[in-house]
Amino acid sequence: MKQKFGVKIMPREVILDTQGRAVEQTLRLNKLAAESVRVGRFVELEVAGTEAEARKKAEEIAKFVLHNPLIETFEIQKL
Amino acid sequence: MKSIGVVRFPGTNCDRDVLEMAEAKGFRAQYLWHLDQFDTGAFEALILPGGFSYGDYLRAGALSAKSPVMKSVREFAEKGGPVLGICNGFQVLVESGLLPGALVQNTSRRFIDDWAELELVNSHPYFGKSGVSKKIRLPIAHGEGRFYASERDLDAIESNGQVWLRYQSTPNGSMRGIAGVMNQKKNVAGLMPHPERALYSWMGGTDGWGFL
Repeated sequence: MKQKFGVKIMPREVILDTQGRAVEQTLRLNKLAAESVRVGRFVELEVAGTEAEARKKAEEIAKFVLHNPLIETFEIQKL
Repeated sequence: MKSIGVVRFPGTNCDRDVLEMAEAKGFRAQYLWHLDQFDTGAFEALILPGGFSYGDYLRAGALSAKSPVMKSVREFAEKGGPVLGICNGFQVLVESGLLPGALVQNTSRRFIDDWAELELVNSHPYFGKSGVSKKIRLPIAHGEGRFYASERDLDAIESNGQVWLRYQSTPNGSMRGIAGVMNQKKNVAGLMPHPERALYSWMGGTDGWGFL
């Protein structure tokens, strides 16, 4: 059985989000100013096993390489 | 005679420059491929050059840090062997946890290609044996060179004497102006500037010569 999970990775608040800042600037120039913009990353994983096993595996993958705990946070979502 | 190992990933550059630098300083040098592990006893030092290893996908250095060759690099470092990361090599070493902190995008959001004035804060026991002056000038070329660590970690890095080099005027927003750091044991070191690009006067500067 295959399970699909999404891993949402966001820069920590203390890190200057340079991509978010660039998008913010473009929005402002086009009169679509948002109060704030933060840009992260979304990774889709297909993992074998029961839902509980696969979720554990997805978490392991996220911790192993998908995020750097110093500068990013992650969240797992069942898709 | 032991060799200096120059680690190559897909997307590494300046590997030839680093190899030739080692040979010019009288060392035997050889390349090490990212998919291979090696006999750590055959080397006296390892260098991870710059570039865009694994296309800098995910985060600069993140995928390279998990490559097979890094298992041997870690083993070598744990035995106290000297390991140097230059630019992208520095990013690989922080991502692998062999060096503290992280390297994030420059605050200007721009790739910077320039010369930087640096201060040698603490000498490295191996990389710099042949003499690095207190004030030096080296080329920099990076988009993700802003050194980041929590205030608490920065205080620890400073008080342990782990700051290796500091920018005189910080071009990339690095916290506390840090351009190069060492691990606690001081055998592993990394820097964003490129010593191998400043060996002879025709290169525009010679301050890199003393790093090996």
